[in-house]
Amino acid sequence: MFPDAKIPEGPLKDKWDNHRFQLKMVNPANKRKYTVIVVGTGLAGSSASASLGELGYNVKTFCIQDSPRRAHSIAAQGGINAAKNYQNDGDSVWRLFYDTIKGGDFRSREANIYRLAQLSVNIIDQCVAQGVPFARDYGGMLANRSFGGAQVSRTFYARGQTGQQLLLGAYSALSRQIKAGRVEMFPRHEMMDVVLVDGKAKGIITRNLITGELEKHAADAVILASGGYANVYCLSTNALSCNVGAAFKAYQKGALFANPSFAQIHPTCIPHTGDYQSKLTLMSESLRNDGRVWVPKRKSDKRPPNDIPESERDYYLETKYPAFGNLVPRDVASRNAKEQCDAGKGVGPTGYAVYLDFKDAIQRDGVDVIRKKYGNLFDMYHNIVDADPYKSPMMIYPAAHYTMGGLWVDYNLMSSIEGLFVLGEANFSDHGANRLGASALMQGLADGYFIIPSTMGGYLAQTSPLTKSDVDHPAFDESITSIDEKIKRLLSINGTRSTHSIHKELGSIMVDEVGMERDQEGLETAIEKIRALKKSFWKEVKIPGLATGYNLNLQQGERLSDFLEFAEVMATDALERTESCGCSLRSEFQTDEGEAQRDDENFSCVFAWEYNGPKKPPVLKQERLKFENVELTQRCYK
Amino acid sequence: METINITLKVWRQKNAGEKGKFQVIAANDVETHMSFLEMLDVVNERLIIADQQPIEFDNDCREGICGMCGAMVNGIPHGPEKGMTLCQLHMRKFSDGDTVVVEPFRSRAFKVVKDLIVDRGSFDKIIQAGGFVSVNTGGAPEANVIPIAQEQSEKAMDAAACIGCGACVAACPNASAMLFVSAKIAQLKWLPQGEPEAAARAIAMVKEMDAQGFGNCSNEKECEAVCPKEISIVNIAILNREYLKAGFFSNDI
Repeated sequence: MFPDAKIPEGPLKDKWDNHRFQLKMVNPANKRKYTVIVVGTGLAGSSASASLGELGYNVKTFCIQDSPRRAHSIAAQGGINAAKNYQNDGDSVWRLFYDTIKGGDFRSREANIYRLAQLSVNIIDQCVAQGVPFARDYGGMLANRSFGGAQVSRTFYARGQTGQQLLLGAYSALSRQIKAGRVEMFPRHEMMDVVLVDGKAKGIITRNLITGELEKHAADAVILASGGYANVYCLSTNALSCNVGAAFKAYQKGALFANPSFAQIHPTCIPHTGDYQSKLTLMSESLRNDGRVWVPKRKSDKRPPNDIPESERDYYLETKYPAFGNLVPRDVASRNAKEQCDAGKGVGPTGYAVYLDFKDAIQRDGVDVIRKKYGNLFDMYHNIVDADPYKSPMMIYPAAHYTMGGLWVDYNLMSSIEGLFVLGEANFSDHGANRLGASALMQGLADGYFIIPSTMGGYLAQTSPLTKSDVDHPAFDESITSIDEKIKRLLSINGTRSTHSIHKELGSIMVDEVGMERDQEGLETAIEKIRALKKSFWKEVKIPGLATGYNLNLQQGERLSDFLEFAEVMATDALERTESCGCSLRSEFQTDEGEAQRDDENFSCVFAWEYNGPKKPPVLKQERLKFENVELTQRCYK
Repeated sequence: METINITLKVWRQKNAGEKGKFQVIAANDVETHMSFLEMLDVVNERLIIADQQPIEFDNDCREGICGMCGAMVNGIPHGPEKGMTLCQLHMRKFSDGDTVVVEPFRSRAFKVVKDLIVDRGSFDKIIQAGGFVSVNTGGAPEANVIPIAQEQSEKAMDAAACIGCGACVAACPNASAMLFVSAKIAQLKWLPQGEPEAAARAIAMVKEMDAQGFGNCSNEKECEAVCPKEISIVNIAILNREYLKAGFFSNDI
């Protein structure tokens, strides 16, 4: 049986209010009897830790970085959406809700998204109160810009460092709770397993990354806010430590993994150049507000961009999508870039890049205005590529960026394991088959600041606090034994290939076959190749050093072993979804105009995969999506 | 693709307890388009295959924002380029035949963890002492209720850009953390939300900075010169003013 998504009854607008009223509550004096573990300190993890600490729970928070302030949320550039309607341009909670559900190509829950849109306005209030220096107009009011997939200006921003400022806000709130003794912080600790007692999440095993020791931590509930898995593509815009480990270990313990193949390939990244490359740097989507995307009309036109006259340029997004132009959603922009390059019109040394041109914007607004808006991004581009975007257009190409898929959660953000909650990018809940720009920050903070503080109480109120026997339960030791064995096995292989070389090979399989465009044959090949690579990993990998002391290669090898398992689940998910939707384009299912062709009759559902042991393929379960408030339409941005 | 050969003189130290020393490693055929950390990746790949221990260094986002990376390159935190983290430094800034000395950030308050990795937990402690506005989730007023002059908000943002990498401490002859502390103090000073706790914050953060073993500021300005986010030492003047003001007018001491 599929677990109950626990979507409240009643009109869409009242669901969250009614639900909060109906949730059981923990008496303020009893809160201190409960311990909650939070894994990850990005926007979702930090905001959850701080908010739960403020309520009076004992919180134990873990991150793999040296400080909670460094989680990858910090790299988000462009902004955060909120339905404030400060610009009087017709925005509303309903419009943000509608844009998000449409942007996700109708593959997410109405109730979750409506709640997200409602909470968006509280997030901005909260962040301003913390001292987040959002951009402001001359009158001192908050400024907005527009972002892909929307026709209103609802994106709040702090230069090109919005994620950094929001994370530092959440980090400051977390720091305050650490000082107050409500949160105990464990930096450089990696979650290695979630421990279940009588089917309920009752703790985790962590590895101290400095000493290598395995440690037991018991709690009344566990929150995973461990981020996304775009690094399965090896080269992505993600920080190098981003991994699927925590989520995958929960999946192996029985948590359903939803829509794993829904991965967003971001259209505006610095293209791939060399074999040594460790990272594809994102250029914020906000650049598409003023930049115009084009390729030469003629194939293999090698002239420098400034020598190509207007009449020989193809501004393909503006021609094809006159209503949204350069601001079409990310999946559409990415696919079109690939299409142009596949047709031989790509530019740059590899032929896999398109131009993003600011010439007209600079002529219109002046170089100072453009510098003020995008200065840091232009500098970053200039430094990495060694070319000046004020003088000649940027070259961009899509790169793996964000994963909409994640652990399945109900309306309370609880996974299919009781007591295991999942927040932020690590869950699947709000973005359907494609996430709109500036919505990830919104979701992470809505989950952490506003949703989990209510729903955690609802769960704990029905659970009696930990006892000594829970902490000493043999499940903790069993888990430690198996992790210990895995680490010993990894170190004993002593083969001939580095973890990085195997990761690169996995990445190229995933980019080619489970990337922007997929088909049955490619996916079947991918599964074969992943299985073979997994075998060679366990035979050929060479991990230097010891299990004790700091050993980054061991960390990377262990994470890669999860990616290798997980990649197959991703490919299987993509194979079984015989329709196209959002970012998930199966080339067999396209409209005549090359847009994603959904099959609502058969696939208006969440695919949730259940682990079935190491030797057997996972089992597919489906949650039917009900649309009572919006009409399913073919997405059209023309 | 242009390539160069360089010689690395790298600090190797097993852990905080053991003594470290320099190791000379030849880094040949380095593509100039690589970043400094990508060069280290390539060197490490070769070390691993040759059954040697790779050089451990902290890094994460590789786009200059997380603040995790950093090392002394030829004596300068994050290397020779201005306003840049180590991950953004590219090998095209070096020449064939160069010897490049790479060491961890050194300070009493930053213990070496391994090779180039140091423990910057002392920065977290300073923020925990008072680098926040005491507002609980849910207690915030409507965001536009308090207008903030654009100029003021921009100054707050300039200070808030600090990534907490520790280069300022590594560059300072006194290993002072004044630039780091002042950036947070100044950010919250420019915003009305920070005002009610300004005095208590200044006193608590400075006290914690001293307790963590950071030195005093003697206006060397090395911190500003190496800050990858170009945080201005004007912030230190602001901190001194706020601290003095707190001493005179606060009831907290």
